[in-house]
Amino acid sequence: MRKLAPQAPQEPVGKGSADPVGKGLPQDSAWRHVAGTAVYVDDMPTYPNQLHVATGRATVARGRLTRLDLSRVRVAPGVVDVISAADIPGNGDIAPVFAGDPLLADGEVLYLGQPVFAVAATSFEAAQQAVALADIDCEPLEAIVDLSTAVEREYYVLPPHEFCLREPEAALLAAPLTLDGELRMAGQEHFYLEGQVATAEPTEEGGVHVYSSSQHPSEVQKLVAGVLGLPIHAVQAEVRRMGGGFGGKESQAAMPACLAALFAVRTRRPVRHRLPRRDDMVQTGKRHPFWNRYRAGFDDRGRLKGVSMVLAGDCGCSADLSQGIVDRAMFHADNAYNFQAARIRGLYCRTDKVSNTAFRGFGGPQGLITAEAMLDDIARRVGRDPLDVRLDNLYAEGDVTPYGQPIEESVLPDLMRQLADSCAYRARREAVARFNASQDEVRRGLALTPVKFGISFTAKHLNQAGALVHIYTDGSIHLNHGGTEMGQGLHTKVAQVVARALGVRYERVLVSATRTDKVPNTSPTAASSGADMNGMAALDACNRIKRGLVAFAAEHFGCDAGEVEFADDRVHAGGESLPFEDFIKQAYLARVSLSANGFYRTPAIDFDREAAWGRPFYYFAGGAACSQVRVSALTGEYRLERVDILHDVGDSLNPAIDLGQIEGGFVQGLGWLTTEELAWDDRGRLLSDSPANYKIPTAFDLPAELEVRLFDRANHAETIYRSKAVGEPPLMLAVSTWCALRDACASFCDYRFNPRLDPPATPERVYWAIEEARAGRPA
Amino acid sequence: MQLTVNGETIDATGSPPSQTLLRFLRTRAGLCGTKEGCASGDCGACTVLIARPGEAPRSVNSCITLLGSVAGEAVVTVEGLAGSEGPGRHPVQAAMVDCHGSQCGFCTPGFVMSLAGLYAGGGRGDEAIREAIAGNLCRCTGYRPILEAGRRMYDYAPAPVVPESGAPAADANHGEALPAGYYRPRKEAALQALLREHPGAWLVAGGTDAVLEITQQYAAPDPVVDITAVAELCAVEDRGDALRIGAAVPYSALEDCFAGLSPPLVAMLERLGSRQIRNRGTLGGNLANGSPIADMPPVLLAWDARVEIAGADGRRREVPVESFHRAYRDTVLEAGEYVAAVQIPRGSLSRPHRIFKLSKRFEDDISTVLLALSLELSGDRVGEVRVAYGGMAATPLRATIVEGVLTAATLDDRTIERACSAVAETFTPIDDVRASAAYRRAMAAALLRRALRELRDGIDLGIDAVEPLHA
Repeated sequence: MRKLAPQAPQEPVGKGSADPVGKGLPQDSAWRHVAGTAVYVDDMPTYPNQLHVATGRATVARGRLTRLDLSRVRVAPGVVDVISAADIPGNGDIAPVFAGDPLLADGEVLYLGQPVFAVAATSFEAAQQAVALADIDCEPLEAIVDLSTAVEREYYVLPPHEFCLREPEAALLAAPLTLDGELRMAGQEHFYLEGQVATAEPTEEGGVHVYSSSQHPSEVQKLVAGVLGLPIHAVQAEVRRMGGGFGGKESQAAMPACLAALFAVRTRRPVRHRLPRRDDMVQTGKRHPFWNRYRAGFDDRGRLKGVSMVLAGDCGCSADLSQGIVDRAMFHADNAYNFQAARIRGLYCRTDKVSNTAFRGFGGPQGLITAEAMLDDIARRVGRDPLDVRLDNLYAEGDVTPYGQPIEESVLPDLMRQLADSCAYRARREAVARFNASQDEVRRGLALTPVKFGISFTAKHLNQAGALVHIYTDGSIHLNHGGTEMGQGLHTKVAQVVARALGVRYERVLVSATRTDKVPNTSPTAASSGADMNGMAALDACNRIKRGLVAFAAEHFGCDAGEVEFADDRVHAGGESLPFEDFIKQAYLARVSLSANGFYRTPAIDFDREAAWGRPFYYFAGGAACSQVRVSALTGEYRLERVDILHDVGDSLNPAIDLGQIEGGFVQGLGWLTTEELAWDDRGRLLSDSPANYKIPTAFDLPAELEVRLFDRANHAETIYRSKAVGEPPLMLAVSTWCALRDACASFCDYRFNPRLDPPATPERVYWAIEEARAGRPA
Repeated sequence: MQLTVNGETIDATGSPPSQTLLRFLRTRAGLCGTKEGCASGDCGACTVLIARPGEAPRSVNSCITLLGSVAGEAVVTVEGLAGSEGPGRHPVQAAMVDCHGSQCGFCTPGFVMSLAGLYAGGGRGDEAIREAIAGNLCRCTGYRPILEAGRRMYDYAPAPVVPESGAPAADANHGEALPAGYYRPRKEAALQALLREHPGAWLVAGGTDAVLEITQQYAAPDPVVDITAVAELCAVEDRGDALRIGAAVPYSALEDCFAGLSPPLVAMLERLGSRQIRNRGTLGGNLANGSPIADMPPVLLAWDARVEIAGADGRRREVPVESFHRAYRDTVLEAGEYVAAVQIPRGSLSRPHRIFKLSKRFEDDISTVLLALSLELSGDRVGEVRVAYGGMAATPLRATIVEGVLTAATLDDRTIERACSAVAETFTPIDDVRASAAYRRAMAAALLRRALRELRDGIDLGIDAVEPLHA
């Protein structure tokens, strides 16, 4: 069924096989995960004087706080301290980029459920019971909670932005055929299994030590300092690991960390804030819903002449990270296709709901799926197989994107053809057509779609990383870097890099918690950049240590520096060879530094946002997937029968971890596009506020047959050991499943058009799409 | 109050018996391997095993299992597993590591325990593995490596799941030593005495719905009367003309009970909650909580079941299940009354029937619409027929107009279409988080059409009945 089997139990990496890079090592914490000994923030021991936080919520979507009587809360059993916005000594705005994310509502209510006050009590339950006793009145103001209204009224968090390539209007006018289409897609709840949580302990210097489940400890540190009115050095943030992040703990981890820190400093007691699942779902942001419209001009073969798109992102009540997110939707509205001439307009719409935030893909998926929907629609219009229309429109080397980045490396034409061959796309296309012609109750669909994803933060300054490597006198190595571990195997990959760089056994390298006092001023672990950037920084640190060690070895053994080699867990110098730990002991006695920090900044990127032109991405990563589904016309139920994936990870640092990212990303994308349906009422209340009514995939939902292979080609860009980023791109492989569902629905109108199937394609929506197709004309 | 955790007896004196087992494990017992993901029994991160001598251990959601309800029992947590290479190296754990079955690791202890439950019972094969982990959510891996681990866990040196000393020494302590405020009677007479003594008592069985009041609304019920140990309520009895099923019988026992009697029910039960939920949730609870989207009431309606109600004063009465629900979340139970049992007439049970459940997600999801239909056919003439729905009204409801159309009619295409049209006259469903009213209406008819055609023609019109694609 699958060709790439998981690696067999690992043999210890000994002499002759010392290089761990490229090996499918298990994650460094794997045994602790399965034994239950991996420690998450809420697993840390509590002190006898421990306090727990809960927050009280606003009851309207937009309005003014007219009454906040907390007298009953203050006297509730176990309550030690109660705060509202006025009690914040420093800056009460915890927005990551632009202003507008108050820690506690300050007079103005921005969304239904917004924290208005907070309680610290002696137990989790006491805190939760106390908040219910508050007397809160909100004067409601007119709230806009749906995206269409926001677009219509130009209700924005940021001004619109645009990319323009050549002369799109002229190209559309001149095109033999044109087509208009639109797609509305829902957001997505992260549903990391570990909810948001932080613990804060006061320090003797008047600051605070924060243990946070955060993808961005430096941001937590900075915001906690800001809220407390302290210099940054008074706050340390520490992240051992997260129980899942997916972007949801990039900016959103700040709220519990800041509240816990505030209470810790006020009460001089350790304080924990863990959001119960419902609070987490209501009070933290999600993937942005989008309403995307396009006009395409093309010839009778479906070859594009020009495209105009408007991408309207639902940012919620504040900007948060939305500039980068809608920008990234725009950067991926072309996916892998040469639009020839294009105008891509982005709208940063405001709705009076919780502020939407980063989620794996960061807007990219919402742009990319629009291109795929458009290509499918064009294929129907010209009566060709959608795969052929896709292949005909792929970028070639030398083409230029709508934002001015030249295509330097075009792997997708090869990759897609390889995949089409290996998964027998053509034969199955014919078989699907025969099957569908044979009966009416159950139909099949097939689609093969690519992913091209730009790698780099589009905020240029974030493309930097640091690492800290110590070698101890017994030859053991301690590694810290700026990245955080959320399950993606980053610590393992960076440790593999260090082991190769120093020519030692992987087991010598230990990675511990990410801490702001070990590596400062770090970027979030996001944008798929973790291994690329921190791997390079760790390599730099190793090279700095090695420079001293090589000089010492050359002098000590009387050889040229060029004759010193670190390999096979030994150091070879001239004719000598000795075990790494013996060499290190000698270097220590000779007073050679065994510690260094390393630094990396991504080269070559240069994008001018104002001009909307340049090179935002160091390189592109991606792959392609082919999905085969069947749908029931009776109920709209469907099954995912088979998925074949070919994904480009360059020279893999760890194929087992990369495979995990690809499969996991695919299924997460599958959830977004199929069963995960966020529902709100017209007052802005989230209805789908628990896993009982928000359904992420289970094991049943993965394809009956799943074959994942790695595309075997080194990265053309000079990345860490020529690997490619793998965190986000695989999520978008699931677009093939959505396209296959739409293909199956289109069979009911003999593929004359594609019925509307806005994601998520729940059984209900598939049912209505089939009904539309059966009616024989677009609704 | 004491219980055995991983083979060691722990004195739980001082811990409130109405706190959850999860809270007890993570605080008092210092065992933080078991995680809280949702506190509502939906994610499985809190899965532990309950082991009884001579029985295969059962997986449960410790986040919605009250401490008092497992007093005297033996609990196995992820920390209790060991293999030939020591603690934390059980074959299930080794397979999970070797298959790269963990990423962030937070859901992992729950998966390990669900697989350990399967391992202890010797369950094999993809369907069994999927069934065992259907109540465990993983957001990182996409499940493939976890399924792989479930296949490979038997490739290692065998190891027990329950520690040697894991079974409670004496017979399980069922309530005598429970602290005040929590009662777990063993006889119906004792239950009734408690209800007389504490008229406002909070009655709980498996707690898979009721305990959410504690974990989601932070209620502190007092006193709690836990009926899971009442012998009469846990019995299944074949009375010849009827099956009598005690109200505290969990779904997993129903799966065994109906294995030969009703494959459609067994198939539906496999999608009711999850293995952990079915090990705790009960038939009586599914009725008594009065939910319009409970999955058992439509089935009971299709089988003319009768509900046996008992009172604190010992008086008993029987009502047909169709008059049990009064309104939205309102039943005929009066103060001091409880559901004692459900009787299903053998005659009704033997009618050919179909049970179709529609939900957004296939596994572990609440029904959008559920149809239960039983129908007697002689030739093409319809005899006795029951058509019942969940999710279509404020209560589970029989579609009597549809039954009227079908009764004594010839089951031809015209009758089927007339019956389907009659569905629209019967129901005015609502839009909610699960589906639109329009879809519910369309599905009520579609499922009816499918059931009638299948019973008439002896075919399977389901999505899983088609041949694989031949390329």
